[in-house]
Amino acid sequence: MQESGAALRTTIAPAAPAVALGDVTIAFRLGGNAVYTAVEQASLSVADGEFVAIVGPTGCGKSTLLNVAAGLLAPSAGTAAIFGHPLAGLNRQAGYLFQAEALFPWKTARENVAIGLEVAGTSRAEAQRRAEDWLGRVGLNAFGGRYPHMLSGGQRKRVGLAQVLIRDPKILLMDEPFGPLDAQTRQIMGNLLLDLWTADRKAVLFVTHDLEEAIALSDRVVIMSAGPAARIIGDWPVRLPRPRDIAEVKLDAAFHALHREIWNTLKEEVLKGYAQTGGG
Amino acid sequence: MSRVTLLSLQVLVAVVAIAAWHVLTTVPILGVTVLPPFFFSTPADVFGRVVQWFVEGSIWRHLWITLVEAMLAFVIGSVAGVLIGFWFARQPLIAAVFDPYVKMMNALPRVVLAPIFALWLGLGIWSKVALGVTLVFFIVFFNVYQGVKEVSPTVLANARMLGMNERQLMRHVYWPSALSWMFSSLHTSVGFAVVGAVVGEYLGSAAGLGYIIQQAEGVFDVAGVFAGMFVLAAFVILIDAVVSLVEKRLLVWRPVAAETRT
Ligand SMILES: Nc1ncnc2c1ncn2[C@@H]1O[C@H](COP(=O)(O)OP(=O)(O)O)[C@@H](O)[C@H]1O
Ligand SMILES: [Mg+2]
Repeated sequence: MQESGAALRTTIAPAAPAVALGDVTIAFRLGGNAVYTAVEQASLSVADGEFVAIVGPTGCGKSTLLNVAAGLLAPSAGTAAIFGHPLAGLNRQAGYLFQAEALFPWKTARENVAIGLEVAGTSRAEAQRRAEDWLGRVGLNAFGGRYPHMLSGGQRKRVGLAQVLIRDPKILLMDEPFGPLDAQTRQIMGNLLLDLWTADRKAVLFVTHDLEEAIALSDRVVIMSAGPAARIIGDWPVRLPRPRDIAEVKLDAAFHALHREIWNTLKEEVLKGYAQTGGG
Repeated sequence: MSRVTLLSLQVLVAVVAIAAWHVLTTVPILGVTVLPPFFFSTPADVFGRVVQWFVEGSIWRHLWITLVEAMLAFVIGSVAGVLIGFWFARQPLIAAVFDPYVKMMNALPRVVLAPIFALWLGLGIWSKVALGVTLVFFIVFFNVYQGVKEVSPTVLANARMLGMNERQLMRHVYWPSALSWMFSSLHTSVGFAVVGAVVGEYLGSAAGLGYIIQQAEGVFDVAGVFAGMFVLAAFVILIDAVVSLVEKRLLVWRPVAAETRT
C-alpha cells in the first residue's frame, strides 16, 4: 500500500498544482456564540509557475484565504494541498509578502534580507553577501545600512520582496503588496515584480483590490464576492502576451475588453461590499 | 529655538533663582531679612561648602559609594527584571498565577522595606542595593513583559514564514523587542537606582550622599544639606547624560519621534 502510494506520487507529482484549495470555509468565533463566516466553499488552484491574482472588495476575505495557503490559519472546513500534499502547519514552500509592515524594525535592510538565510544555517558573511546581491536586484544597492524607518514605503516593500525571494520559495504569496504606494511607484514595482518573476517563474498568488493591476500582472484573475460568506464567483484567463510592461499593456484593446467583462461582474460585488462595510 | 538660545535661557533661570536667593537671605528689606540664613543658608555659604568638600577630597568617597550602590542596584534589578519579565510573558499560566502578588508588591511603598533590609543585610552597601533593586526590578519587569507581549503579530508571522524556530524567534524577535522597551525606560530605572541608594543611606548608613545630607540635617547645618542636594543633583544630571549617550547608541534603529525644530 505504501509502496504503491509512493509510486503513485512520483507519477502524479509533476501535474499537482502548487496550491490547491478545495471548498475552503473559514469562520471566526466572535466571542459568545456568534460566528462570522468570512469565506465559504472557496476552491482555487495555482499551477506551478502560474501567476494568479485574486480581486475582491475590501473585507471579503482575501487576506484570510492567503493565510490559509500560508498555513498560518487552518480552515474551518475544506482542504489545502501544496504540490499535492495536504498542508499541515506552516507552508514551508511559500514566501509571504504581508499587507502590513512586517520588516524587523531593529534590523537594517541588509540584515532583514539576510535573516531568512541565516536562520536556515547559511554563514553570516555569506548571507550578507547574498543579501547585498538581492538588494541590488530590487534597486536598493545604497540602502543596505538603513533601518526600515529610514526608508520610504516603496523601498520597504522592495526590502520585503528581497527578504522573501532570497529564500527561493517555490510559491510566492503577496497580499496587496503595492496597496499603500502611489500610482507611479506601483507601476515601477509591478514591472520589477514581473522582471523577477520572468527570470524565475514561481507560482504566485497575488491579492489586490485593483482590477487593472490584477489583469496587467497575472495569467488568471479570480474574483471574490463581498462577505460575509464570500465565494469565488469568477475565474478569467488573461491571454495578453508576455513580457509585459504595466503601463503599455493597459493601452491594449484586449486589456480593455477583458477589464470591461470582469468589471461588469465585480461592480455589483463592490457596491454590495461598500453597503455592508459602510464604505470602509 | 537654537541650542545656544535655549542654553542661555536655561542658565538665566539658574542665575535669577540664585540671585533672588542671595538677595532675600542677605539684604534686609525694610529692616527684615525675608529668608533668615539659619533656615535658608546663602548661596555663597553653600557654594563654599561644595568647594571645600571637593578641595579636601572628602566628598569623593561618598560619591563613589553612592555610585556603586546605584550601579549594583541597576544591574541586579535589570537582570532579574529581564529574566522574569521574559519568563512571565512566555508562560501566561505563571503570569496569571503570580499576577496579584506582583501587583501587591509593586503597590507597596518601597521605603517601608528599608529598615527590614538594614536588619537583614546590615548598614553596609547591600541594604541600599536591595532597596534600589526593588525599585528598578518592577520598572524593567513591566517593560520587558510589555515588550514581549506587544510584538507586532505581522512581524511574528513574517518571522515564522521566514523559517525561524522557537529559539530563533526568541533571539531575533522577542529579545530585541523586549530590550527596546527596557531601554526606553532606562532613564527611569537608572533614576530609581539612585533614589534607592540615597534613600537607603539617608535612613541609616556610614557613607554616601544620603548620609552626608542626613548628618547635616542632624546638626541643623542647612548649608551642608543644600550643598549635599546640589552635589546629588549634579551627580544625577551627569548619570542621565551618560544614559542618553548609551541610549542613542542602542536605539539607532528607532525613529526619532521628537526631532522637531521650532
Ligand atoms: N481574527 C478575526 N476574527 C474575526 N473576524 C475576522 C478576523 N480576521 C478577519 N476577520 C473578518 O473577516 C473578513 C475578511 O477579512 P480579510 O481577509 O482581512 O479581508 P480582505 O479581503 O480585506 O483582506 C473581514 O470582514 C474581517 O472583519
Ligand atoms: Mg487584506
